[in-house]
Amino acid sequence: MDVQTWTYILVGITFTIYIGIAIWTRAGTTSEFYVAEGAVNPLVNGMATAADWMSAASFLSMAGLISFMGYDGAVYLMGWTGGYVLLALLLAPYLRKFGKFTVPDFIGDRYYSDVARTVAVICALIVSFTYVAGQMRGVGLVFSKFLEVDIFWGVIIGMTIVFFYAVLGGMKGITYTQVAQYCVLIFAFMVPAFFISLQLTGSPIPQIGFGSTVTDGSGMYLLDKLDALHTELGFSEYTSGTKSMQDVFFITVALMVGTAGLPHVIVRFFTVPKVKDARISVGYALVFIAILYTTAPAIAVFSRTNLIETVSEQPYEEMPAWFNTWEETALLNWVDKNEDGIINYKPGAAIVGAPNISRDGILEINRGANNQVLLLNEPTANENELYVDRDIMVLANPEIAGLPNWVAALVAAGGLAAALSTAAGLLLVISTSVSHDLIKKQFNPNISDKAELMYARIAAGVAVVVAGYFGINPPGFVAQVVAIAFGLAAASFFPAIILGIFYKKMNREGAVAGMIAGLLFTLAYIIFFKILFPELNTPENWWFGISPEGIGTLGMILNLLVSLAIGMIYPEPPQEVQDMVESIRYPK
Amino acid sequence: MSEERDLKGYWKKNLKYLGILLTIWFIVSYGFGILLAPTLNEIRFAGFKLGFWFAQQGSIYAFVILIFVYVYLMNKLDKEFGVSEEDV
Repeated sequence: MDVQTWTYILVGITFTIYIGIAIWTRAGTTSEFYVAEGAVNPLVNGMATAADWMSAASFLSMAGLISFMGYDGAVYLMGWTGGYVLLALLLAPYLRKFGKFTVPDFIGDRYYSDVARTVAVICALIVSFTYVAGQMRGVGLVFSKFLEVDIFWGVIIGMTIVFFYAVLGGMKGITYTQVAQYCVLIFAFMVPAFFISLQLTGSPIPQIGFGSTVTDGSGMYLLDKLDALHTELGFSEYTSGTKSMQDVFFITVALMVGTAGLPHVIVRFFTVPKVKDARISVGYALVFIAILYTTAPAIAVFSRTNLIETVSEQPYEEMPAWFNTWEETALLNWVDKNEDGIINYKPGAAIVGAPNISRDGILEINRGANNQVLLLNEPTANENELYVDRDIMVLANPEIAGLPNWVAALVAAGGLAAALSTAAGLLLVISTSVSHDLIKKQFNPNISDKAELMYARIAAGVAVVVAGYFGINPPGFVAQVVAIAFGLAAASFFPAIILGIFYKKMNREGAVAGMIAGLLFTLAYIIFFKILFPELNTPENWWFGISPEGIGTLGMILNLLVSLAIGMIYPEPPQEVQDMVESIRYPK
Repeated sequence: MSEERDLKGYWKKNLKYLGILLTIWFIVSYGFGILLAPTLNEIRFAGFKLGFWFAQQGSIYAFVILIFVYVYLMNKLDKEFGVSEEDV
């Protein structure tokens, strides 16, 4: 059977499972809808958190990004796992003891202010919407690559599925679907990794494999071989990286703190019965996440080595069949600058902009002297002739390694599971923010539970449609959009929650001023470099050498300083708030 | 339960644990993985340069261990100070 048939079968089976679970776990009350009645087993919650957390970016893009960044890829690996230590030690147990439904709930009650609550709701909405758009885009990409469905219809199908189980089941439905999605995505990620590790190094465990010797009989360590290949072609050593140390530092902090401040991750720890469960649940979550996150750097090394060995200095005519498949999707392209028929892979961009295939009419692709797909793009002046999209490192991995078709189809099902599980968690945050934090807490406190539940469902429905729109018309690239969400979460929520728990005298004036300052500063810096003046986005123009990806760290520091400074001017919080802070510090 | 519990003592000890664990957290990731990585890369560990290994593998393992150590310490602390959710 071909990859496409396998993909239809696997995607069909997994979608049926998700819908089945959604029907089985319908929510009947707001407590079920918001926090699954706070009755989720900590191990189950850990698994659901892992699926909630690992998005299309983690599954499809991360290993590819790392394989092009080398050592610098550590910012993602450490940044997206280290935050769980902060979550376990500084946030989860206390927020669980607080025992309400949402992050704005905590901010609003702790800072005894509807202004603070509203600022928190706005932050939650901005963060969640930017993040969910990326997921919908991921769904669309998988559909278009594997099932040859238009991105538009891919997004529509994804929206329908998420709509079904998020609107029907709320947190309860999402939790159990996420458990199923975790199983699908981790299986899909690990199977190709095992095979490729075995092929390249003789060790089936990728974490060990990429530190072993290669099986070609040379007795060389894989990483040494890759470093040598890199040096030979003029790239910087794989194990050294190119980013400045302070930028690596700042990006890692922003991603870690952002992780700990993401509302869709935090709310997962409202769903377990006890404080004790919240602590251990973060531990389980990180174990499940670490399985993928320690495998990704190994996949990065394997696929990088495979790619260079297959294409570099080789005649185009001898390329395997997959090369042409990916050429036609404009993800892997060759421009024969010196017209020697040999692929020269060197540092630098091969062409100006993203590949734009030259066509005769609508369908017929124009081909060059070696039958390669021709591009309309202007070639660059350097020697590099190869354009490689980062995403194909995971998508094409099974084909490059010559694995059976069902493995490639599995990757598609896994990518969808990763994107859908994260999208559902985010949609829940959006719907809860509207129905609970805005409607119930601010406009109509006397609303009945049933009516509130209805508003939650309507809000989730509207959010799905908006997210779908952004998925079809994305505001920038997936990875960039996600980077914004982290910076904003780091600069807004994290300091306000930490101060709220660990500094009893922190008052509403300080917290609100801090959140607004952190949010505006971070947003302004990112918009300036990413949207208004992308041509200025180079290290010479950055403040203290910090890229827009890392600026959330500075935003967080600014938030802390402003909070503390403004907080000193105004009176300390009322006694009952201080008593509340006291009470959340003790499990009982 | 009505007897006076030493809540201040509990909180102080909690903060002490946090201080120690977060220091280790900082050292393995920002220390070994970033600031000291160029130096540690001189040392080999199987096929890995040590700084590179900490940045892409070791720090993640350390994070997992840190959380489980924290859970163990806190469960013990809860019992010691009578704030555990179990003893009613």
